[in-house]
Amino acid sequence: MLDFFMGHYAYWFTMILLSVGLYGMLLKKNLVKKTIGLSIFQAGVILFFVSVAMKEGATVPVKADGLPVSEVANYMNALPHTLMLTAIVVGVATLGVAYALLIKIYNRYGTLNEEELLDKIQ
Amino acid sequence: MIGSEIPALIPVTYILFAILIPLIGLWKREIVWHLSLLGTGIASFLSAWGFLHLINTGETIRYYFGGWTPPVGIEFVYDGLAAFIVLVINTIAFLVLIHSKEISKLEFPGKKMPYYTIAMLMMLGFNGMVLTGDLFNLYVFLEISSLSSYALIAIGEKRAPYASFRYLIIGTVGGSLYLLGVGFLYTVTGTLNIIDMHAMLPQVIGHSSVVAALILMVIGVGVKAALFPLHGWLPDSYTFASSSSSALIAPIGTKVAAYILFRVVLFLFGVDLIDDQLPVTTIIGIFAGIGILYGSIMAIAQSEMKKMLAYSSVSQIGYIIMGISQANPFGFIGAVLHVLNHALMKALLFLVSGSLRSKEGHSLITKFNNSYRKKYPWTMAAFTTAAISMVGLPPLAGFFSKWYLALGTIENSNWILLAVILISSLLNAVYFFRILEKVYLNDPEEELTEDTEIIENNEVGFTMMFPMAVMALGLLVVGIFNAYIVNIIFTMFPAGF
Repeated sequence: MLDFFMGHYAYWFTMILLSVGLYGMLLKKNLVKKTIGLSIFQAGVILFFVSVAMKEGATVPVKADGLPVSEVANYMNALPHTLMLTAIVVGVATLGVAYALLIKIYNRYGTLNEEELLDKIQ
Repeated sequence: MIGSEIPALIPVTYILFAILIPLIGLWKREIVWHLSLLGTGIASFLSAWGFLHLINTGETIRYYFGGWTPPVGIEFVYDGLAAFIVLVINTIAFLVLIHSKEISKLEFPGKKMPYYTIAMLMMLGFNGMVLTGDLFNLYVFLEISSLSSYALIAIGEKRAPYASFRYLIIGTVGGSLYLLGVGFLYTVTGTLNIIDMHAMLPQVIGHSSVVAALILMVIGVGVKAALFPLHGWLPDSYTFASSSSSALIAPIGTKVAAYILFRVVLFLFGVDLIDDQLPVTTIIGIFAGIGILYGSIMAIAQSEMKKMLAYSSVSQIGYIIMGISQANPFGFIGAVLHVLNHALMKALLFLVSGSLRSKEGHSLITKFNNSYRKKYPWTMAAFTTAAISMVGLPPLAGFFSKWYLALGTIENSNWILLAVILISSLLNAVYFFRILEKVYLNDPEEELTEDTEIIENNEVGFTMMFPMAVMALGLLVVGIFNAYIVNIIFTMFPAGF
């Protein structure tokens, strides 16, 4: 049982991050906190990709002397990391748009609390 | 030969105009509308040409970026289905942007330049999603189109930013779940190319990662497509966005997401492989059926035309997804045909509501009366065409897609979904005919006064009338030449059908 937890600890970590993010988005009333939850959720996905690229006993994907490239076990997989660079950029852009919308909402209603906001809308 | 470059040229056109519009807009603000028309016009022309080229030669074009062959490089796959969807979305965008000239003056004065820039970026995202043959590349285009549509929705009424923020939260979670699904598939297959992965999946099928990936991807794409329990963002977003934004996003956004569902379910996994593991097609069929009825009933309850159309969108996207869930040729034809028909109908209906808003200042159904048929004879004629097509009366286009969907359910002996199609057609009739009744029939409770006021013809201008007329005629043409279109759709089947 312990092996099952220890052997997959990166995945448990991802799941905890995803749950924390979802909790923030669903239950927090402040819209900024919802945005933070969103950011944590995305970070969970990004860390999942980074963790699957990990290999024990392998080095960074830069060609080194004495480590033949044909032996793939010598090097970590570089592709998930490069993909996640793009995903991080997407996440930053999403946060930018979210905060721009929050500024608009605050200017129009004077609050960022969801309950007060819904009261004012009605 | 330019024919083989078409898949790359269409998105490049949009990138070019997304850069040109702000640059030239700083110098000459009044020509941004013309520039955006030029951009979508070139893209529509290219996609029409490419589509004809594809039909004549029958060859799928695979465009490798930078000459890197897959699975190392990223490719664009221009097959029959992609060419068809690209043609539909670019033509609709062209027509909607013609209509947006007057709306932009009324609903967001002084913000034309950012509006058209974002519209170009959004079309870039949608075209990229349709064309790409790489799962991660698809995620990037998905986010480009989503971020632009959040911004487009936020340009609108007072409540628009809040509706847009809710869409942003839900949409980003959907996108992230899709990305997580891609990650699971990548760990078991080691490739991101759709064609390559399709070849590898049978070897790893049964692995729990594949099942998890399938669920995550269907949920992620389902959020974007507004599949029934995940539709919460849609009604508010479409209602409070400005009329031309909702006319641009409503026919295109959910259709492209449904197309991604086609790609994932039918092309990437393949029906046999999926139903071996998990009854996904049955489950999405059930949700689509509930969504069809729910959307129609909620549409009846609305008194605001745009909100009614938004709920009707939830119902109509249900038809498309139900067609996929039938997983037989008739269901496939019905779904693809309904993508075309619904894009035309919903764009036309949103344009009518936009035209009414520009003239009357509102689109409340309760305030409609029979003076409208004299004031806006042609707008109302276009509305009637779309309404009848939505209900599904021949020879208009809407009948044929429902016909093929019904044939699909009969072939699977799925009588409940057949009943859902028939009942929802009746419900469609309820919510469209109540408007037609208000507009075309005299109110019996109103006293027949002879001459209180002379109602003058107050028809909308040419830039608004032209796209509506083209779409109304398009509905008739698609209906009449439906046999040709179905013959073309026959060539788009995924392998194994």
